[in-house]
Amino acid sequence: MSRMSDFILRRRGGSSWDWTDVFTWFWLIGGFILMFGPAIWLVNSSFKTPAGLAEFPPTILPYVTAEMMVEGQDKPLPLYEVTLEDGSTAQLVELRRVGLVAQMVDPAKPDEIVRVNIQDRTPVRSVSFATNNYVQPFLSFDFMRYLGNSVFVTVMATIITLLTNSMAAFALSKYKFRGRGFVMFLIIATLMVPLSVILVPLYSVITAMGLFNSLWGVILPTVATPTGVFMLRQYMLTIPDELIDAARMDKASEWQIYWRIVLPLTAPALAVLAIFSVVWRWNDFLWPLIVLSRRELYTLQIALNTYAGETNVQWHFLLAMTVVTMIPIVLVFVFLQRFITTGIAGSGLK
Amino acid sequence: MSAAGGLVKTAGAIVTAPVRLLARLLDAPLSALQRLGGTNGMAAFFLLPNMAIFGVFVLFPLVVNIVYSTTGGTALFLANRNFVGAAQYQRLFSCDSYLDPKSCSEDLFWTAVWNTVAFVSVQVVLMVVVALITALVLNRDLRARSFWRAVFFFPVLLSPVVVGLIWRWILQRQGLANLGLYEMGFAPINWLVERNWAFAASVGVSVWAHVGFYALILLAGLQAIPKDLYEAAEMDGTRPARVFWRITLPLLMPNLLVVLVLVLIRAVQIFDEVYVLTGGGPGTATLYLTQYIYEVGFASALRNPGLASAASILMGLVLIVLTLFQLGIVRRNASKGQS
Repeated sequence: MSRMSDFILRRRGGSSWDWTDVFTWFWLIGGFILMFGPAIWLVNSSFKTPAGLAEFPPTILPYVTAEMMVEGQDKPLPLYEVTLEDGSTAQLVELRRVGLVAQMVDPAKPDEIVRVNIQDRTPVRSVSFATNNYVQPFLSFDFMRYLGNSVFVTVMATIITLLTNSMAAFALSKYKFRGRGFVMFLIIATLMVPLSVILVPLYSVITAMGLFNSLWGVILPTVATPTGVFMLRQYMLTIPDELIDAARMDKASEWQIYWRIVLPLTAPALAVLAIFSVVWRWNDFLWPLIVLSRRELYTLQIALNTYAGETNVQWHFLLAMTVVTMIPIVLVFVFLQRFITTGIAGSGLK
Repeated sequence: MSAAGGLVKTAGAIVTAPVRLLARLLDAPLSALQRLGGTNGMAAFFLLPNMAIFGVFVLFPLVVNIVYSTTGGTALFLANRNFVGAAQYQRLFSCDSYLDPKSCSEDLFWTAVWNTVAFVSVQVVLMVVVALITALVLNRDLRARSFWRAVFFFPVLLSPVVVGLIWRWILQRQGLANLGLYEMGFAPINWLVERNWAFAASVGVSVWAHVGFYALILLAGLQAIPKDLYEAAEMDGTRPARVFWRITLPLLMPNLLVVLVLVLIRAVQIFDEVYVLTGGGPGTATLYLTQYIYEVGFASALRNPGLASAASILMGLVLIVLTLFQLGIVRRNASKGQS
């Protein structure tokens, strides 16, 4: 316990609090609330019913108002805890509300209408998680299809990225050939060209190849990342050439050298690139938005955006699906956060 | 750490299994190829897949983009498009006053340009300042520094669509942001309906989503500053503010410049999270350049690929200048022996 308080009350030094200590903790705790709070609020809201979501001020926990069938009425009515004029309390259901007065009845005596000031009643509510928000989209909303599309794009793009980028990096780091400098220049030069600049001609290339409305049209333009080639090449340069010469003496073919020697030795760099590729491709938005116009081909991101743009947004489903979309990234974050942060600090790559 | 390592290994095994089979099948034909082309000739084989994809999907479109911007009409393929010379550029630049988008023939372009300029100038300053403060805080003698680093880094990995939706949910009229105002006795604000608030929201949300990334780069820079400099300053009894201005800031300057240019490059292209958050609205208050290109090229009924191309080339020129700056800074640092 004392270690805990030591940790919390650690100061710049001496016995008094420097203003920088106060500021540091203000920044850290404020940052904690601001960075995690919105995501937690999303998860929390995703368990509320449509009625719960429409409520203002919003509650922290998801509540549902109890309802009860009353004789002579065709639908269930909300149940309230009412303080009566004589000071006693009773549970009544509300028939209708006229201004500040609610017309209520006792479920046991459905014919006697009691008039109650609305300030004297509170709804009977209980905590309840609307898990149906999650179940329903899985059953009716083609959610599995969107999920499948996203997984397919992410996995395929990552495999192709790793394979082609590592092959190119191998050629650029371990062979001397004419035009090597030119190829390197081309690759570095295109670091400057983001996708948003070549959207229109790229769209026509994809269409000409018959890849419009195809998941391959989403995958292929993203896999030849200059960053990937550059990063892997830098790593492969540290592998000693003697190793490769020795393998050649042993009559290993060039492909075997690449596959059996260089690739395993590049594993740490490949792992970093794989993590980034997964995050990039899972999160892609603008390019899939352009290439995919048929609903059954939508990736999760596009499906969510389309769903959010419809005139009558069903927030209870939308929030639940957003949470599901977030899950893989949160898992990556939780398990691989260290690799990612050291990868960024080392290479400035994102 | 070890659990994560195991996970990487397992995931790696699943991913590489089919590729490994492919590699074995390729063994014999590739040996034949090598006998044909020689050892050094295999370089071409290794380069081929990446360069083919790169050529078709990056290089070719890049060159064609310039041709595209000189053509008119709504046809998609270049062969069916008619040459119009600089007409698309003339249309973008035909203005009585560039400061007043309403006086331009292509008024949404200039609206988008000025919105982007406003966004960039506010967002870049805010982003760099917040990232710098965060990095300085994280560089202090903290326990569990990696935990706090992760706290600020968390939103960086979230997808723009998720970021947009989270904040749309919080900033809607009955959302969490207005609950705070309500508890403090203020009137609710229509965050995404009033022009200025929507602009502020687009700036704030983009800072929220990316600040952890830049803070991380700056933190790496701070940790590379030799500790003995600070010890010497302490021996001399130098005041902390002076230490900051005379030691920390000058030595961090190379990293700070790289971050500044990176933030600029990203801010000029802002699209995803703002598009999901506001859709460019209300009206045109958060319509930025990339969305203009997207709408003119793809989304609007009056599609004009040539015009979108011309606008994207103008944006590309700005980005190239900025990237050259960045490469220049990186190279200068590298030649000085700092990374």
